[in-house]
Amino acid sequence: MSTNAQKRGFGATIWDYLTTVDHKKIAHLYLIAGGLFFLIGGLEALFIRIQLLKPNNDFVSAGLFNELLTMHGTTMIFLAAMPLVFAFMNAVMPLQIGARDVAFPFLNSLGFWLFLFGGLFLNLSWFLDAAPNAGWTSYASLSIAQTGHGIDFYALGLQIAGLGTLIGGINFLVTIINMRAPGMTYMRMPMFTWTTFVVSALILFAFPPLTVGLFLMTFDRMFGANFFDAAMGGNTIIWEHFFWIFGHPEVYILILPAFGIFSEIFAIFSRKRLFGYSSMVFATVLIGFLGFMVWAHHMFTTGLGPIANSIFAVATMAIAVPTGIKIFNWLFTMWGGSIRFTTPMLWAVAFIPSFLMGGVTGVMLGSAAQDYQYHDTYFVVAHFHYVIVGGVVFALFAGAHLYWPKMFGTMLNEVLGKITFVLFFVGFHMTFFIQHFLGLWGMPRRVFTYLPGQGFETSNVVSSIGAFLMAAGVIVLLINVVITSVKNEKVGNDPWGDGRTLEWALSSPPPYYNFKQLPLVRGLDAYWIEKMEGKKGMTPAEPLGDIHMPNNSFIPFLISLGLFIAAFGAMYHGDEGNTWGIPVLIFGLLFTLGSMFVRSIKDDHGYHIPKEELIDDNDKGVKA
Amino acid sequence: MANGQLNSGNPRVDIEYRRKKNAEEMKHQVITFALMIFLTLIAFVAVAYEGFTGWFIVPFILLLAVVQVIFQLFYFMHMSHDGHEAPKLFMYTGVLIAFVTILCYTTIIWW
Repeated sequence: MSTNAQKRGFGATIWDYLTTVDHKKIAHLYLIAGGLFFLIGGLEALFIRIQLLKPNNDFVSAGLFNELLTMHGTTMIFLAAMPLVFAFMNAVMPLQIGARDVAFPFLNSLGFWLFLFGGLFLNLSWFLDAAPNAGWTSYASLSIAQTGHGIDFYALGLQIAGLGTLIGGINFLVTIINMRAPGMTYMRMPMFTWTTFVVSALILFAFPPLTVGLFLMTFDRMFGANFFDAAMGGNTIIWEHFFWIFGHPEVYILILPAFGIFSEIFAIFSRKRLFGYSSMVFATVLIGFLGFMVWAHHMFTTGLGPIANSIFAVATMAIAVPTGIKIFNWLFTMWGGSIRFTTPMLWAVAFIPSFLMGGVTGVMLGSAAQDYQYHDTYFVVAHFHYVIVGGVVFALFAGAHLYWPKMFGTMLNEVLGKITFVLFFVGFHMTFFIQHFLGLWGMPRRVFTYLPGQGFETSNVVSSIGAFLMAAGVIVLLINVVITSVKNEKVGNDPWGDGRTLEWALSSPPPYYNFKQLPLVRGLDAYWIEKMEGKKGMTPAEPLGDIHMPNNSFIPFLISLGLFIAAFGAMYHGDEGNTWGIPVLIFGLLFTLGSMFVRSIKDDHGYHIPKEELIDDNDKGVKA
Repeated sequence: MANGQLNSGNPRVDIEYRRKKNAEEMKHQVITFALMIFLTLIAFVAVAYEGFTGWFIVPFILLLAVVQVIFQLFYFMHMSHDGHEAPKLFMYTGVLIAFVTILCYTTIIWW
């Protein structure tokens, strides 16, 4: 029962994607959904920059500005950066370790649909009531006092999306621990797989605090609890701690895969083994570990006291050490290499100084006494955009160009790719570099306008122009994607010519079972080793046999849909005269539980691809 | 562990060895089970006995609970076996992070 060579109609393709459990197709879904939210978040950013273009501007009202900036932050972090990172993890990590899929394909699909429904729910707030307006951090003292349903959308939407992320993280952990190909020891795993591993561990430990925090928020706002209400004996600071115990590891969840992508790029386009591989692994693990010990540096000014502030300040600055190790390793990887400046490599080279600047301001902010000056100014805005855009977004662009052939079988146009890079790189530094100074001059963040004559005018104009350059870069990328898809020129296994890891040993895109025979891994950069010995592909580690595959399933969609429905019930049940809230809540939860029940009692053993069928298409060059 | 994905199963299973191993395991489980019931009895007695204050009872029964959790994990959920390094690593990390969190909450929020 194999369907790999059929032409499909449009409806069948949609149905295929709705029910797919294939990690490569789920990667497509994450990429499309994450890309869409990235565009929405980018539009919100543009509106913010238009509003701040001149003093006393009235492009948007103060209330709408609060909603825009809250949704910009929330969308970019939870609905754009996370799923885009997940897209590359899904697309590449199973191939890099020589696996046929992730450990739990069904859960992989469930994770995606939960994320998508959570994201949809959050963005429906624009149409149904008012969007969340208490900042992406949604500090409790402000957010429980907000009227309307904005914060409810935030709490419920992120709860659903976060559940999906947690499921995805656990799935990756199990996959990496259990499903490495023969010979793929931990210390032979490609760097991107290592960062995926550490990031998944961070997700496992960081998302439960967010879940707890959001539940407390949900109960405070919708079910009459008082966890954060000081007047009722609650404590409003607890939200901040929960949020940042999650929130700090979250930024490492975003940046570590970026480090992984760049490590691959530096090695590929310098035609050299990654310098200091074992110290890179060590640094990644150390960053992950330290990431949990520093959350209170976001809260220096809440009055934790000098001892707590000092401990967290020192721990924060300690993170500069493993990060520095990584920066030097990348530099030494390039040193003496035969470098090719392809689009991914341009992003990678530009990433080092850009991210470094964000790191330096990070150390400045990490010093508690100084932080009192910087707190809540544009200096902080400049800092975190330098690390998140200069680190994560650069990596996403680089990864998109690098892995586009592996995901879709076509190469993005290099000229357009370089134009995207130049526009975005220049725009990025124009937008955010000047914001350091705006912050030092005293411009507060999150305020919807400013007065003339304070010396902020020119700098804000510069910043806004930069934002439009970034938008232009993104538009060029979209044009590039359209052109490439229309041309549809298929490429071979290793389109960059210097692929080092297992994914480049497979056709682009790989067959739906990935590896006909699991490959034998003989060292770090397994495919490179074989190439250097003059072989065309990997040595198989097993005889050709039947391959067991999971069946597609629509149930993940239904499970997520149930929670989506339930969230509406939970949100509206407290409105005056509302009678349908509780029934809808119960219906939605029963719908989810019912879908899970069906999944549990229905036997689904998957199917086998018979050996004979695999022998037939030997000529396609998918010798694994 | 890394080889667990091969599509050919391992046909050679030493049944004799497995049987001996299982018998030994069973012995351990019975002993631990008895110990756990005994610890539970002690906990009940500690609460019921009037001479102890809450300041003694609460930490004491929490300690007994921790011991029971360890028994449970190692003897009933096979954490003492080989091949459980990864779960162990993750559990210890989780415990550490939970501990740091609680330590912080107790020192800088609540008191």
